[in-house]
Amino acid sequence: MPKVEVKNLYKIFGSNPKKIIPILKQGKGKAEILKSTGHGVGVNNANFQVDEGEIFVVMGLSGSGKSTLIRCLNLLIRPTSGEVLIDGENIAACNKEELLRIRRKKIAMVFQNFALLPHRTVESNVEFGLEIQGVDPATRREKALEALRLVGLEGHEDRMPSQLSGGMQQRVGLARALATDPDILLMDESFSALDPLIRKEMQDELLALQTKMHKTIIFITHDLDEALKLGDKIAIMKDGVIVQTGTPEDILTNPADDYVKEFVQDVNRVKVVTAANIMTRPDPIAYAKDGVRVAVRKMREASISSIFVVDKEHHVKGILSIDKAVEMLKSGTHDPESVRRAIDPNVETVSPDTSIETLLPLVINSKYPIVVIDAEQKVMGIIIKVSVLSGILGEENEND
Amino acid sequence: MIRLPIGDVVETAVDWMTVNWAGFFGGIKLILLWIITSFQTLFNWIPFFIMIPLIAALAWFLAGRGTAIFSVVGLLVIVSIGLWEQTMATLALVVTATLIALVIGIPLGIWMSRSNTVNRIVRPILDFMQTMPAFVYLIPAVYFFDLGMVPGAVATVIFAMPPAVRLTNLGIRQVPADVIEAARSFGCTGNQMLFKVQIPLAMSTILAGLNQTIMLSLSMVVISSMIGAEGLGIPVLQGITQLKVGLGFEGGLAVVILAMVLDRITQGLGKSNSEKMNAK
Repeated sequence: MPKVEVKNLYKIFGSNPKKIIPILKQGKGKAEILKSTGHGVGVNNANFQVDEGEIFVVMGLSGSGKSTLIRCLNLLIRPTSGEVLIDGENIAACNKEELLRIRRKKIAMVFQNFALLPHRTVESNVEFGLEIQGVDPATRREKALEALRLVGLEGHEDRMPSQLSGGMQQRVGLARALATDPDILLMDESFSALDPLIRKEMQDELLALQTKMHKTIIFITHDLDEALKLGDKIAIMKDGVIVQTGTPEDILTNPADDYVKEFVQDVNRVKVVTAANIMTRPDPIAYAKDGVRVAVRKMREASISSIFVVDKEHHVKGILSIDKAVEMLKSGTHDPESVRRAIDPNVETVSPDTSIETLLPLVINSKYPIVVIDAEQKVMGIIIKVSVLSGILGEENEND
Repeated sequence: MIRLPIGDVVETAVDWMTVNWAGFFGGIKLILLWIITSFQTLFNWIPFFIMIPLIAALAWFLAGRGTAIFSVVGLLVIVSIGLWEQTMATLALVVTATLIALVIGIPLGIWMSRSNTVNRIVRPILDFMQTMPAFVYLIPAVYFFDLGMVPGAVATVIFAMPPAVRLTNLGIRQVPADVIEAARSFGCTGNQMLFKVQIPLAMSTILAGLNQTIMLSLSMVVISSMIGAEGLGIPVLQGITQLKVGLGFEGGLAVVILAMVLDRITQGLGKSNSEKMNAK
């Protein structure tokens, strides 16, 4: 069961929001509806699932409805229709007490402008969530100090928020959210108000924390680099519609439409595109049990000058070049085991999630293509120089 | 043009209330009288050489050394011109009126901040209370509560309460939306929101309302004494009616000194509150 699931979620602002949904279903756009009915479309039929321990990034420009969407997840904004399932429970249908319980125990939120309580000390801010649950002061203090230690703010507990820098204030915001030990963290542009260096630092720390905590995080941002860095999955929003959901690689390599394409244009692809995105099918491939003659025929048919050789479990054994094969044929050694002796076993192998940045020197220094192998050492594909280049340039992968 | 019988209606209503609500007004009068005389007795029971250090200590604690020194000097001037007893009577009236104004005004302001309907209804009433010339409601106040301190206190409350209401309303509405949202996201109930977030964050503004209420109460001192309230209004009135310019000035000076002391102390209260938030 997914941790968070959103089904057919709509949020429309205006005097008679329910009436607008059928019009949206007819395919009318946000601007058109605003003009003809005066209703604002916040979220238009959003559907997605977030698994436990995953960072799910919702990305879009301002006005795309991403902040409205995240507020529907803890009902700070009540959806017009649709379901928000947290552990299978539809919170849009919860009564007041259940909603309070979910907000107190399960979901915590970190805000763009920190939203700290200026009249309270750092520690008292972090204790806030526990305080309204009625937790006793000693436990509160203990948990707050632990959360502060986690975000690297020990020693600052008695200071006031106004005495802290932006980055430190947001650490307090994060500690406040972590103090109640929620399963789900909602982060609404949490790092957008910070300057770039601090932002990067906070992103790294969030990822480091996440390897320890395994929270389910839903992160809103307008910054694609941030989305690609943090997201296990990314949803791209435009005019209230989720136009594409996928892994960072999916988004970059297969943009669903021109809007997404435009977004991903400026991304530093070298860091994000991986071997899995640019590898080609290892066709043809020779088997160790094959004779040299079979291997030569396969090479000739495909017009290639070397061929990878695998055993019957598809483990890579090495590479056989056409020169070597022809030489063997001439000398008359073409028994069934001959291939095994003729291959060059020195081939580079990489895992499918290797980035182009890492691949590049390997490809340049190796005289053969690179082999991509999975966790069981089986061949998944090969990478030739030209596919690395097209990967950098972002051209369509013709083998897909 | 049709002559609207507004005056007649009001007159009939006041007459009717004087007769039919006599018990209600009598009850209020007893309570108010008890509060005012208690304060007055207390303030006059404490000798001035103890009262002045007490006020100075409070001033020092809340507003600093300068205000403390000023309080001592100013209050000694009042003693030396022989108006201490009247000043304490006025202080009792001001304290009572301010307390009542806050007890009614702060909850009303909170209610206004939470409901736009209440806001729309109450605002014109506040305009009425602040701008209707005090003499107009002084006469009905005398009908309802007789002469003396009580109608003075009632008239003072009517005039001095609006800033407490308005500034409470304003203060709560000015609490940043993202802080409210954050508190909601952690599962605050309505009461937790009010007492842990809204009122603490609105406190500086509410205290500014308290300051305004006190200042406006003092400005009603002379008018109150026209309907028999004791205090610093009496020497001023005597000065006017008997053309004793000096006596009138002394009464007026005592009002000014008291006003300045109370103003600095309550401003200090607001300042120390906001300094806590913006500590550097």
